[in-house]
Amino acid sequence: MSNFTPAEIYKELLEEAISQGEARKEKTRVLVGTATCGVAAGALKIKEDFLREIESKNLSDDVDVFEVGCIGHCYAEPLAIIAKPGHPAICYGRLDDGLVHRLVEDFLVADDPSYEYAMAALERNDVFPTFEDFPRGIYEKKLILEQCGFIDARDVNSYLAREGYSGLAKALVEKPEWVLEEIKAANLRGRGGAGFPAGLKWEACIKSKGDAIYVICNADEGDPGAFMDRSILESDPHLVIEGMILCAYTVGAQKGYLYIRAEYPRAVTHVQEALEQARMKGLLGNSILGTDFNFDLEIFQGSGAFVCGEATALVNSMEGKMGMPESRPPRLAQKGYRGKPTVLNNVKTFAYVPLIIRNGADWFKETGTPESPGTAVFSLVGKVVNTGLVEVPMGTTLRQLIYDVGDGLPNDREFKAVQIGGPSGGCLPESALDVPIDFDSLQDAGAIMGSGGLVVMDEDDCMVSVARYFLEFTQHESCGKCTFCRLGTKHMLDILTDITKGKGDGDSLALLEELAEDVRDGSLCNLGRTAPNPVLTTLKYFRDEYIAHIEEGRCPALACRDLILYYIEPPKCSKLCNVCVGSCPTEAIFTRDDGLKEIDQEKCVKCDNCLKACPGEYNAVVKISPPVLPPEKVRVAK
Amino acid sequence: MSEYVNITIDGHDIKAKKGERVLWAALDNDIYIPHLCGIRQEERPNAGCRLCFVEVEGASRPVTSCTKNVEEGMVITTRSERVDRLVKTAFELILSDHNLKCRECPANRSCVLQDIAKKRKIKLRHDRFKSIVREFEIDDSPAEFAFDRSRCVLCGQCIWADREEAKVGAIGFTKRGINRVVTTFKDLPLAESICTQCLLCVEACPVGALYYKKNESDDSNKNSEKNS
Repeated sequence: MSNFTPAEIYKELLEEAISQGEARKEKTRVLVGTATCGVAAGALKIKEDFLREIESKNLSDDVDVFEVGCIGHCYAEPLAIIAKPGHPAICYGRLDDGLVHRLVEDFLVADDPSYEYAMAALERNDVFPTFEDFPRGIYEKKLILEQCGFIDARDVNSYLAREGYSGLAKALVEKPEWVLEEIKAANLRGRGGAGFPAGLKWEACIKSKGDAIYVICNADEGDPGAFMDRSILESDPHLVIEGMILCAYTVGAQKGYLYIRAEYPRAVTHVQEALEQARMKGLLGNSILGTDFNFDLEIFQGSGAFVCGEATALVNSMEGKMGMPESRPPRLAQKGYRGKPTVLNNVKTFAYVPLIIRNGADWFKETGTPESPGTAVFSLVGKVVNTGLVEVPMGTTLRQLIYDVGDGLPNDREFKAVQIGGPSGGCLPESALDVPIDFDSLQDAGAIMGSGGLVVMDEDDCMVSVARYFLEFTQHESCGKCTFCRLGTKHMLDILTDITKGKGDGDSLALLEELAEDVRDGSLCNLGRTAPNPVLTTLKYFRDEYIAHIEEGRCPALACRDLILYYIEPPKCSKLCNVCVGSCPTEAIFTRDDGLKEIDQEKCVKCDNCLKACPGEYNAVVKISPPVLPPEKVRVAK
Repeated sequence: MSEYVNITIDGHDIKAKKGERVLWAALDNDIYIPHLCGIRQEERPNAGCRLCFVEVEGASRPVTSCTKNVEEGMVITTRSERVDRLVKTAFELILSDHNLKCRECPANRSCVLQDIAKKRKIKLRHDRFKSIVREFEIDDSPAEFAFDRSRCVLCGQCIWADREEAKVGAIGFTKRGINRVVTTFKDLPLAESICTQCLLCVEACPVGALYYKKNESDDSNKNSEKNS
């Protein structure tokens, strides 16, 4: 043990970090959001543009360009924050090389912050509104996302300077039992989806007999459309690492792993760097903060199987076996990795731990509902204006989340359903929009909190196709071990495919529903048990759409290709326009003797090009379901 | 502490060894529970076939008896509406992926599927679910036996025999989901693999997937021995 107390050692680290931060603040800083979402939108090029423009104005000595993570406003990527002394820090979105040029010239050189291009300021000021002033900011409450996109994820000092690792310094002078009591008092429920109290999980592990205990972070995020865990690991890795160290201290573990899927290379790199820096600072490894507590972390990269997010399959995969689930019990807390008691929590669960220890259980319980305290993090995607990563207090309603935080649906489209919880979750209709978001209410409505994917759908989305899409996913990801999941999901998918092709019959729905219930009740693991949820909820709330497909051969959303045809309405078509003819890849559109256009149904591949190409003043191309030509067309054809 | 616990299965009072699983306690006492993948010695049951559901008093839904340890005072019922429904569906799902040309099958009349169908009164045909049986090339490379995957129910009995009894390790499960198969390393024909042709896997197969070739006279004897 060191001669210094953890508090003394921490104070030194903190002061060093703060002085580095202060020194940086004397210069102008450009923070480019380069999480995977930003990179996909071109952020790395934007960073190069900034560097080039700054160089060309000979400002390189006065301006630093940093990479930061994701602030959650995906719809406005690529984006950057400019913090210039004398001005509030301002965020600019939808950047391109022209805008970068303009910002460097007008703001960095000439001191005009170009408010016409600004999204929001980051701190209160007299000139420009902040994110908190927008509806989204009023409903959002950022706990674990607070630093994401604002700190340099690749510099431990950036995290330290904002009181990072102070929870660890505080806990190390207390007994492990104190940390456990605090987490239990906070009623922190697992954010992987099931909502099992983390404190109870840890306690079960402590009570298990075993000469070693492992702590594992589940970052095998695999739901289509979900990217919360990735963003946190990329943008604020130390928050998760600190949470894991605190957990290890509580349960007495010396070794832990972050199970990160290999498709997240940036997350892997950032976590790897974070681990090295934490070790250098004495925050990880042997004799943490000068105490006799030793704990080290390693990354294990998953190989792309969705089912490996399931606890027992994850452990099997780490042990070098096929990534397949086992029957439980024994639970991981009794017999986990290498047969030893193991704590497995989601990225977000660990991310709350340092905040709870830093601020206390009562602080945590101020947010959210009594049964589900804290916040919920969602990746809000689909037919919604402000897509992105959002964090709202538990208990917020779906309506607030979609219409206030997400600013509603684009182009005045009508809301139809919201899919929550990914392939394991359900589709909820308009009537369920006032359901508060918490673990229990969502379950009662037929969906699950899941890991936090939230997809908004409008009138153009066919609910049978949506159910089919998710079933295709789970069927593809089924490990094949148990009968219900291997064969049951296959038959369910076949029935759904038949229905979307108009080949369903009177028995299809009854069989589908029966089979869905049996797969739910009979499967070995939670992948199979929850796979029928998208089917069961759409059958419950959108049964009329299934019936329209089966009985009338009609897709009400005009989405199922086999049940629609494209038709040019003669009264709307203009003889002067040829756009649709040029847009057709199969030359199915021809000019009739009277000069109007017509589609040869034999040649049409239903690619949708002509509908998009037809100028707005005509809007002559329509989709018709069931695929039967209108009577006047039949007459013309004769 | 006693080495035995008292349980009730279908109204029969039974003394079962502590740590025993319900499935084996029932079978030891001539109480039938359908099962395909259960292996008594296996430390962690495979629990894949989903046929051995029973009701345990106090449990909210049927549980697989192969994974449930007996506990003092446990009250078990092997049949209920919920159990029968799950077993029927699981069984019919297995049939939907099983070559049902029983008359051509060497396991005809000794097949566990036929036995389950008879005892649980489920029809042996593709009825509720359409057939998704795929065509496989029969591996008849070994001298005395052959492997027809279109009859395989993926119970894993052959793999246990190969690994734990014969200590060879020639076969195992590969691929995922609907494509899961029992095969050799690199999908080699059995005769080209490390298989020693000890025949223990053939003896272990509860259906006609691994079977003795019938053209040689003593082989057909073996088949009838197995059948009896």
